[in-house]
Amino acid sequence: MASKRESTFLNMVLTLFIVAAVAALALGGVYTVTKEPIAIAKQKKLEAAIKAVLPDFDTIITKKVPEAVGSDSLTFYYAEKGGEQIGVAIKTYTNSGFSGNIEIMVGLLIDGTISNTSVLSHKETPGLGDKMDKKKSDFPDQFMGKNPNEFSLKVTKDGGQVDAITAATITSRAFCDAVQRAYDAFEEEKK
Amino acid sequence: MDQKQNFTKGFIKENPVFVLLLGLCPTLGVTTSAINGMGMGLATLFVLVMSNLVVALIKDYIPDKVRIPAFIVIIASFVTIVELTMQAYTPALFEALGLFIPLIVVNCLVLGRAEAFASKQSLASSLIDGVGMGLGFTFALTLLGAVREILGSGAFFGMKLLEGDLMLVFVLAPGAFIALGYLIALSNKLNKA
Repeated sequence: MASKRESTFLNMVLTLFIVAAVAALALGGVYTVTKEPIAIAKQKKLEAAIKAVLPDFDTIITKKVPEAVGSDSLTFYYAEKGGEQIGVAIKTYTNSGFSGNIEIMVGLLIDGTISNTSVLSHKETPGLGDKMDKKKSDFPDQFMGKNPNEFSLKVTKDGGQVDAITAATITSRAFCDAVQRAYDAFEEEKK
Repeated sequence: MDQKQNFTKGFIKENPVFVLLLGLCPTLGVTTSAINGMGMGLATLFVLVMSNLVVALIKDYIPDKVRIPAFIVIIASFVTIVELTMQAYTPALFEALGLFIPLIVVNCLVLGRAEAFASKQSLASSLIDGVGMGLGFTFALTLLGAVREILGSGAFFGMKLLEGDLMLVFVLAPGAFIALGYLIALSNKLNKA
């Protein structure tokens, strides 16, 4: 085994410089190669999420819309088919989940009727709160085809019309809160 | 120690999870299902093998006093490469492992092998050590993930064995500790025998 290089100041600086430079070059190369596939994967995921909540469409127009209450903004994805607007997918959220944020995509038709919903991300308890996901229970189905105009987006316990998930009332409330937020912004935007 | 021993030690005698108790943060965090455990294990395996190789290759040119920063830069680069590649080609797996991929950088297992083994041994030994340790880690994570998935959601690699949920605690954090505890006890028993 050859003897190690001595730890002189110049040796240390030079070695670290070379190691860092080679690493930076390698990472730059990988980044360039993967940049496009990553963008495509993200776009595909977004389109799949929009497709899940709206009827058939061919064009998506993205717009940031301020919230009705509060200072944050929601992302609106207007869906068009043959130049005609058929609805909007709204990426909405709530902070009142049982354990942290919940992100939901809500699809509204032109008149504000809920076409469908899909949960994008959540940290709710498996087996209880995660039943708000379509894959786990039919809880979200009761929102389909309802117009928040006449359908009270509150759990029955609070005087609304939504049947809460058993043992997950907080999650059910949060889900309603997110949908309501999307609808409010939608109404505000129409004015 | 011959090369065969060098390779197999990662599985039983010096299994990183069950015996050395290294890298427990991702172990407990991602093993909610067998496939997640395996994905994490393979990602770590890649980083471990590559960093062991590079460290063994350049160990003579690195002055002693700056070896740790140099190792960390090497490990971090490989982790970032894995992260970008996963994001591009396996977005679903990346979503599931998410936060834990960048955390491979601080996995004591990787730096531990670089410092304790690769910086002192030959290129070939380091390569074998990396593969053995990485496979041992993958094996441990897949096993733990499978146990938790079977007990918690009644499934194996995503295939439903039983309808509905079983003992959900095994999918949650406490179940990770309980399952790992019993697996360590089992491996101690096997190692003594």
